[in-house]
Amino acid sequence: MVPELGHFALILALAITLVQAVLPLAGSFTGNRTWMAMARPLAWGQLTFTSIAFGCLLLAFLTDDFSVIYVASNSNTLMPLIYKISAVWGAHEGSLLLWALMLAAWGAAVAAYSKNLPLPMVARVLAVMGMVAIGFLLFMLLTSNPFERIYPAPLEGRDLNPLLQDPGLAIHPPMLYMGYVGFSVAFAFAIAALLGGKLDAAWARWSRPWTAIAWVFLTIGIALGSWWSYYELGWGGWWFWDPVENASFMPWLVGTALIHSLAVTEKRAAFKSWTVLLAISAFSLSLLGTFLVRSGVLTSVHAFATDPARGSFILLFLCVVIGGSLALYAWRAADISGGGRFDLLSRESFLLINNLLFTALTILVLFGTLAPLIYEAAGWGKISVGFPWFNKMFVALSPLLVLATGIGPNTRWKHDEPARLLRALWLAAGLGIAAFLLVSWPGFSARDIGVGVGIGMSLWLVVTHLASLRDRLKHKGGLRALRRDINPSSRSYYGMQLAHLGLAVFIVGVTMVSNDGVETDVRMSPGDVHVHEASGYRFQFNGVTAVPGPNYRAQRGEFVVYDGEREIAVLHPEKRHYLSGGMPMTEAAIDAGLLRDIYISLGEPIGSSGDWALRLYYKPYVRWIWLGAILMALGATVSASDRRYRSVRNRAPAPAGAAEAVA
Amino acid sequence: MKGSKTRALIPLGIFLALAALLFYGLQLDPRKVPSPLIGKPVPAFELTSLKDPQQRLDRELLLGEVSLVNVWASWCPSCRQEHGELLRIAREHDVRVIGFNWKDERASALLMLRQYGDPYTVSLYDPDNKAGIDWGVYGAPETFVVDPEGIIRHKQIGPITPEVWEEEIRPIVEQYRARNS
Repeated sequence: MVPELGHFALILALAITLVQAVLPLAGSFTGNRTWMAMARPLAWGQLTFTSIAFGCLLLAFLTDDFSVIYVASNSNTLMPLIYKISAVWGAHEGSLLLWALMLAAWGAAVAAYSKNLPLPMVARVLAVMGMVAIGFLLFMLLTSNPFERIYPAPLEGRDLNPLLQDPGLAIHPPMLYMGYVGFSVAFAFAIAALLGGKLDAAWARWSRPWTAIAWVFLTIGIALGSWWSYYELGWGGWWFWDPVENASFMPWLVGTALIHSLAVTEKRAAFKSWTVLLAISAFSLSLLGTFLVRSGVLTSVHAFATDPARGSFILLFLCVVIGGSLALYAWRAADISGGGRFDLLSRESFLLINNLLFTALTILVLFGTLAPLIYEAAGWGKISVGFPWFNKMFVALSPLLVLATGIGPNTRWKHDEPARLLRALWLAAGLGIAAFLLVSWPGFSARDIGVGVGIGMSLWLVVTHLASLRDRLKHKGGLRALRRDINPSSRSYYGMQLAHLGLAVFIVGVTMVSNDGVETDVRMSPGDVHVHEASGYRFQFNGVTAVPGPNYRAQRGEFVVYDGEREIAVLHPEKRHYLSGGMPMTEAAIDAGLLRDIYISLGEPIGSSGDWALRLYYKPYVRWIWLGAILMALGATVSASDRRYRSVRNRAPAPAGAAEAVA
Repeated sequence: MKGSKTRALIPLGIFLALAALLFYGLQLDPRKVPSPLIGKPVPAFELTSLKDPQQRLDRELLLGEVSLVNVWASWCPSCRQEHGELLRIAREHDVRVIGFNWKDERASALLMLRQYGDPYTVSLYDPDNKAGIDWGVYGAPETFVVDPEGIIRHKQIGPITPEVWEEEIRPIVEQYRARNS
C-alpha cells in the first residue's frame, strides 16, 4: 500500500509541476496577477507531494519491504539503520527521487525568500524550475520507477554496495545534489531575465546569494567525496580524475566563474551576457554530469546504472533544456547592452581573467572526459586520458589563476594606476619570490620547483589579501577599525578573504602531499618492525585477528606506531567480508594530524604463518586539502549572508545599474 | 548588431556538436571500453597462485603460447554465466585459459571452481586489485587475449558468449596461433 501511495504522490507532483510550468509564465506575459500568484503555492505543492513520495520510499526501506524491487536490491534486514536510510539514494532510482526532492525544496525556498522580488520575476523563475522538475519526474515515472513491485517478494534483500556503507558516503550524494540542483536557481533567474528582456544589476544581486549557497553545497559535496575515496578505497589518493568526479568538478569550476562574474554584473553592470551564459552553463553541466553517470556513455568505477533507454531520455531532456535555453540566449543576447566600461588595468579585467581561466579549465576537463568518445567518433582509434594529462594541465594553468586572484582584490573598479598597484603588491611579490627561492634554489634547500612554486603562491595569496585588508581599513582608522568593520554589511568582503585563504591552504596541501607523500609496500610477520625512512616512524605489526561486525566479518590488524621511542598511535586497519557476498573491503586505519597522516591498509595474507602484505603511507599536509575546501565553503556562506542581499528593495541600486534599468 | 547576433549563436552550436557526440556515444556498446594496453606487453606483475599461495607467478607464465587471461571473481554473476563457455573453449579448442581471480576471497573462489568446474590452467590471485590496476581492469568479467610474446592483442569486457568467442576472440587466437607454428 505504502509504495503505491508513493507512486501516486509522484504522479500528483508531476501534475502540479505541469501547472507550475505553464500558468505563472502565461500570467507574467498577459499581466494576470492571479496566475502569477499561483507560482508560490504550486511550488509548495510540488514539495509536499515529492516529500510524500520520498517518505514512502524511506518507509519501505525502514520496514524492509522487499516486495519493492529497489528495496530488495539495495537493502537487507541486517543493515544498520543509518545505511537503510542512505540506501534510499544509494542507487539510480532513489537518487533521482532525491534529486527531485531537492529541486522541489529549492523551489519552495525561492517561494519563501522572494518577498523582495517583483511578482512577474518570481512567477517566471518558479515556472522555469517547474519545467526542469517535469523532466525529472517524467524520467522517473517512465524509465526508473523506484516503487516497482516484485512478486513473490524475496525473503531477504541483496544489501547495499559495501563501498557505499560508510558515513562519509551517506551524506556525500545529498550534498552534491544540493549543489547541482542549487544551480537550477541561478539558471532559472537567468532564463527568467532573458524571457523578461530585463538583465540589470538587480537580477545579478538576486542571483548572487542563491548561487553562492549552491556552490557551498557543491564544494562540500566534492570535498566529502574526495575525503571518502581517500580513506575508503585504500589507495591513499584524494582525486582520481574519474569521469564521475569530473562530472561534479565541471559545474564547480563554472560555478566559481559565475560567482565572480555575478559580482561584476551586480557592481558594474558589465559582463551581463557572459554572466547569463555562465549561469546556463553551470546548470547545463550539472545535467550533463547526471547524463554521463547514468547513460553508460562513459565507463567509470562509479557508474551504477547504465541503461540505454535511460540514456536516450536524459539526452533528449538535455537537448530540450540546454538547447532551448541557449537558443533563447542566442535570440535575446544581442539586445543585452554592453554595460559599464572599464580600462585594461581594473578589477574588471582581473575578474575577466579569472573567468577565462576557469572556463579554460572546464573545457580541459570536459575534453579530457570526453576524449575517448571524440577519438572513437572521429575514427582515430581508442584512447584513454589518464590523470597525468589532467594534472599537467592544471599545474600549468593554476599559477596564472593564483596570480590573478592575488591582484584582483587589490585593484580598483573601472580604472587603476600602475604605480599604485605596484605599491600595493611589491611586498607580496617579494615575499612570494623569496619563499620560492628559499625552497627551490639549489643553494638553499633545493626542493623540486613545484614545491617552491606552491609555497610561493600560497604566501603570495596570503600577503596580497592582507594588503587588500590594509588598504580597506586605511581610511577607517587602521587595524583598530577591524572589529568595527566586520559587520553584516561587509560580509561579502570578509567572505571573499576567507575563501581565498582557503585556496592558499588548499595549495599547500596539494603541493606537500604530491611531493612529499610516501607509499611503501611491505610484507610483515607478526612482531616485525618496519622503519619508514622518509618520516622516521617505526611500525610494529602485532598480527591480525578475526572480529565480527553487524553485517560483515572483519580481519583486523594491529599496529603500534613509534616516533623515535615515543608511542604515537595504535592503528587497526581492517579487511571486511560482507555477509551478503561481494568483494572484500579494505578499511584503512589512519592516524590523522594537521601536519601529516599515517595511513595503513591491509593487503592480503601471505602464506599461513600470519604474514601480510601491507601498504604504509605517509601523507604530509593532506588534511589541508579538505581544510582549504571547508574554508572556501565557509567564505561563500559568509558572503551569501551579507545584508545587502536581503534588503534589495530598501537600497538604491548601484548607479550604473540604475542607468540600465531606466534605459 | 549582426556580429553579436552570430556570436550569440556560438554556444548553441557548441552544444549541438556536443549533443551529437553524446548521441553517437549512446549507440556505442558501453562495454567496449578502450584499452590503452592493446598492442603492448602485459604489465609486469607478481602474484600468487590461487590454489597454491606459495607459488609465485609473473609474466613469464604468459609466454610461449596464446593465452586468454580471464578476470573473474566468485561474487560476479556474469562470471558464472560465462563459466560454461570458458570450460567448453578450454576443452574443445585447446586454448590455454589463465584465470585472474580479482578482488575475491580465496575460499569462495576455490569453492566456485569446485562447484562449476575449473577451466583454468592456473589462476592468478589478486585480492587487492594490485595487478588489476596496472592491467586496467574495470570490472569482472574481462578477458585479455595475450599472444605468445606476451603482447596483449584484444580485450573483451563482459561475459564471453558463444557469439563473442566465434566472432571476436577466436579469429585473433587462431591468427597468433598460426603465426607461432
